[in-house]
Formats: sequence, C-alpha cells, structure tokens
Amino acid sequence: MIEFEDLRKVYIMGEEEVAALAGVSLRIARGEHVAVIGPSGSGKSSLMNILGGLDRPTGGTYRFDGEDVGHFDDDQLADFRRRRIGFVFQSFQLLPRLTALQNVELPMIYAGVPRPERRDRAAALLERVGLGPRKGHRPTQLSGGQQQRVAIARSLANRPDLLLADEPTGALDTHTGQEVLALFRELNAEGLTLVLVTHDQGVAGQAHRRVSFLDGLIVSDDHGGAAA
Amino acid sequence: MRLWELVRFAVGAIIAHPMRSVLTSLGVVIGVAAVVMMTSIGLGASKRVTDTIAGLGSNLIIVSPNFQRGGGFVSGGGGQGLSLRDSDAEAIAKQVEDVVAVAPVVRGQAQLAAEGANWNTRIEGVTPAYLDARDLTLSSGRMFDEREARQGRKVLVVGATVARELWGEVDPLGRRVRVRSVPFEVIGVLASKGQSGFGQDQDDVVLGPIGAVRSRITGRRTRADAVQTIYVKASDADSLDRVQEDVTNLIRDQHRIKAGDDDDFATQNMASILQASQAAIGTFTVLLAAVAGVSLVVGGVGIMNIMLVAVTERTREIGLRMAVGARRADILIQFAVEAVALSLVGGLIGLTIGVLGAIGIAKLGSWPAAVPAWAGPLALGFSMLVGLVFGAYPSWRAARLDPIEALRRE
Repeated sequence: MIEFEDLRKVYIMGEEEVAALAGVSLRIARGEHVAVIGPSGSGKSSLMNILGGLDRPTGGTYRFDGEDVGHFDDDQLADFRRRRIGFVFQSFQLLPRLTALQNVELPMIYAGVPRPERRDRAAALLERVGLGPRKGHRPTQLSGGQQQRVAIARSLANRPDLLLADEPTGALDTHTGQEVLALFRELNAEGLTLVLVTHDQGVAGQAHRRVSFLDGLIVSDDHGGAAA
Repeated sequence: MRLWELVRFAVGAIIAHPMRSVLTSLGVVIGVAAVVMMTSIGLGASKRVTDTIAGLGSNLIIVSPNFQRGGGFVSGGGGQGLSLRDSDAEAIAKQVEDVVAVAPVVRGQAQLAAEGANWNTRIEGVTPAYLDARDLTLSSGRMFDEREARQGRKVLVVGATVARELWGEVDPLGRRVRVRSVPFEVIGVLASKGQSGFGQDQDDVVLGPIGAVRSRITGRRTRADAVQTIYVKASDADSLDRVQEDVTNLIRDQHRIKAGDDDDFATQNMASILQASQAAIGTFTVLLAAVAGVSLVVGGVGIMNIMLVAVTERTREIGLRMAVGARRADILIQFAVEAVALSLVGGLIGLTIGVLGAIGIAKLGSWPAAVPAWAGPLALGFSMLVGLVFGAYPSWRAARLDPIEALRRE
C-alpha cells in the first residue's frame, strides 16, 4: 500500500541544510501494525508528516496505492488526508468548543456527509470506543483517556485506509495508555493499517513490526511480531 | 463542503465570545447608524425644499433686475437700480405665447396699525394675476380687479398671520388698517400656506394694488413705473423653457440691449431652481454620509484586529481542521464568513438604531427626516462589504498557515 523510495527531506536553517530524512526506502502493506521508533531528531516526525500528507518530501518518491502523493498540490493533499488518513495526536487536538459528538463529526463535514448520516456515524463510532454515554460532553469534561478515545473515533470518521498515531499514549498514564493501545490492536485486528510513532519501547513492543530511525535513516526493521 | 456548515462554524465562534463580538461590531454599529441617520436627514431636507419651491407656484418663471451688472443702474435711474418696468410685463402678456399669467410686483416692509394693534409685515404691490401666478387662493372676501389695481385704490388682501395678529378672531373684512398712516380697507383674506422650507411664514404678508403700494409706500425713491419682480406663469411644464427664452429675448428688445451685451435682468424658472437646490442638498447629503462612512472604516479596522487575534488564538484549531481534510479555501471562507457575520450583526444593530434615531429626530425636532426605503439593503450591503474587505487579510493569514506548524503551536 505504501512505498517510499529513497525519500529525502531537507530543511534549510539559515545557511545550513539539515537532512531530516536522508534517503529512506520503506514498504508497508495493508493491514500491518508498524511502530516507528527513534530518538527526537531522528527523522521519525518528518516521516510521519510526509506519510500523512501534511508535508511534501524534497526528494525521492512516495506512492500510496500507486498514487504519487509526493507530488500532490495543497488541495490534493487535503483531499488525500480527508479520504485516506486518520490522525491521532499526543495532545488529542480536540476542539474545546465542540462536544465529543461534534468533534467526531468534523472530518465528515469536510467530506460533505449529510447531517443525519453524520450524526449516526459519529454516535456509532463513540459507541465503538466505549464513550456512548458521553456524546454530549465537551473535552474539558472528559479524562485524558476519554479524550484520546474521542480523537480515535474522529480519526475513523471518514473510514481511512491508514491510521497514523503520534505518541498516542504520551500524555496518558500507563493504565489508560494500555487501554488505548488495546483499542488500536482491536482496530488493527479488524483490518485497519496502523502506523504508530513512539519513543516508548513498551508501546513499540506491541506492534508487529518495528522500524527504528537514527539521523534520518532506518537503522533496523524488525518483523519479529508482537514482543511482550 | 457546503457554505451553510461554514456559517454554522462562524456563528458558533461568534457566540463563544458574546461580549467580545458585540464590542468588535460596535464600530460598524456606529458607522451604519450614522450613515442611515445622515441620509435620512438629507432626504428630509430635500423633500422639504422641493415642497417649498413647488409651493411658490408651478411652471413659474421669475424675472428680476440683475444687480450684479452695471446695466441695471444705467437704465434704472432710481436709487435701487430697478431695470424692470410695467411696460415689460405688459409686453410679455401681449407678445409671448403659452403664458397664462404675468404678475409685476413691488415689495416693501411696512408697519400696520388697526384698532390699537400693530404689526410689521411684508407688503407686496401686485395685480390680480398674482394669485394665478403664485397659486394663491382666498379664504374669504375678494381680490381687487384690474381697474382697482391700476387706479391705485387703497384696498388690501391680508395673509392669515396678519389677520390673526391685528384682529384675532374677528372677521377683518371691511375693516380699516393704516399702512404708514395711509388708511386702507381690507377686502380679502388669503388662504393659509404655512411655513416655507426656509422657515419663512408665507402668511405674514399683505397684498395691495401695485399703483397704490408704489405711490404710497415703496415708490418714493424709484421711478413711478419700476417693478422689482415679474412672475410669468407658463401654461405647462413643457413650454417652460421656450417661454423663458421668449421672455428673455423680448425684454432684451424692450431694453434695447445690443447683441453681445449682457442682460440687465435675470430670469429663473422654478424647475431649474428646484434642480439646483436638490443638487446642492444631494451633495451635502453625500458629504455627511461620507463623513459618517469614515466610522464604518474604523469599525472595519476593529474587525480586522479581532480577526487577527482569533486566527492567532485558533492556530491549533486551523491546523487540526487542515489535518482532517479542510482545504485552504475552506479555512479562508470560514474566517471570511466569520468577519462578515460580525460586521453584519453590527450592521443590523446600527440600522435599527439609525432608523429609530431618524424617527426620533422627526418626532422631537422640526426636521422632517425621511428614512429611504433603500437604507436597509444599503446598510446591510455595506456592512457585509466592510466585513469582507477587512476580513480578507486575517482569513488569508489563516488559510496560509502550515498545518504542521499550526498543530505544534501552544
């Protein structure tokens, strides 16, 4: 599904060029559960941004189901994010003015889903992540774990092909973090492709495949299956 | 992505900060209210002047001596330089076609005394045609006839104000009144015309036969046949311009003015006076509205300011919306709609205040403010425009944000 070929991302900082990605080649198949690990500055965030269509590579190719995403324009990238990608962020990124239900509806509004269908689908998704009774709550009325569940429900709203999670348990305590990871495993078991960025070995250990980054390059690609 | 959803986002954002939204739109409120009030006042003034000029008589041409030119003094001979003569009026009546009334007039100011009461008023020496020319009617009694006018019989037709001041409730017909100690008899009372738009009481006047007024009151320092004004009434509006031209040529002949020399008199027709004064008031109104419009611009700057704050505050929201698939155009429109909505709320409040203010001015003051029908659409259109213009830059800023940077912002 995903093909990176010699992918490069170079930032210009003043006079200097900094290579966040120095030629990365990677393939991810449909249904995989991948953890991307590495210290900060290793290039894993740049990879995430390009993978999710938030940023464009400065070199190499990025194909998603055969489409040349690396050369999309802004509108094409927006459409790509809307249809293909679900984002889960460390800091949840819920809109504080909106209820849980409205937050989950948001991506569907941009997809032009009619309101009654939107409502139903958002309600079903909140049900799915175990927040059925809290549809009308605002983010401030929810615990961190609950907020992240709302964010996961939102990421699933437009039935994405790929779920991208950036340190999804980083702001949660161990117990609720484990619950969220369990939810991810369930979703993956149902066939959803999952790419998870983390620096937590415990979190990475639950993925089927671990890709380690250092200085903009892949240093190991471990298909060892879930290691406890 | 339907516009309606963007409107809902915008309304939600405005309601989220009600106090801030109201304060932000205050500039537009004041601007729109001021523009509506100013145009209403201007329109009222225009209407009043139109009524006044129409009240002077319709299809009317006014011939007066031209004091600015030397000719008047040379041929006038009298102290006031009056160049017009009875003979001019007679010639117009005889020779110009499509004329229904020609009325020469002399004017003066005089003290009237009757049975102990005194009143200072305008006295006009006229011929019977004057009533026709000025569209005047009598409420009682009769007008003097041509013969009486020529002979200079000492009779008067009095205005309603004069009748009230001198005799109160008593019928003035047949009463005697002394004008500069010359006794006159009242034979008629003019129907009331009320105040003119320039604040002059049109009923504060007495009419006497031109011969009598000239010999007894005004004529002491002028030639015996001099007149101050000749009113010429054309048969209809279409012939007005032609009659005016004929009158001008005729008087030039009468005064033996050579081709190329300036007239020693001036003619004005009411239609052109009306046009000129309406144009003047129109200019004045536009000026007032433009000054009021400046506060609209100030209001727009207020909206731009708060929209820039909103974009900064909601940077993360913008990043998130982009991440879940909003195009740059969606973000642009969302913030533009928000700015327009803010401005429109101001416009609605301002329109209400403006209309109430105009009605209040009309009720309390003597000014006939008239709210034009197009005030509503115009005010709302303008406030939308202000929102669009001043919301454009903040919206553009929001749409140009980099989603990665925006999501990272605290």
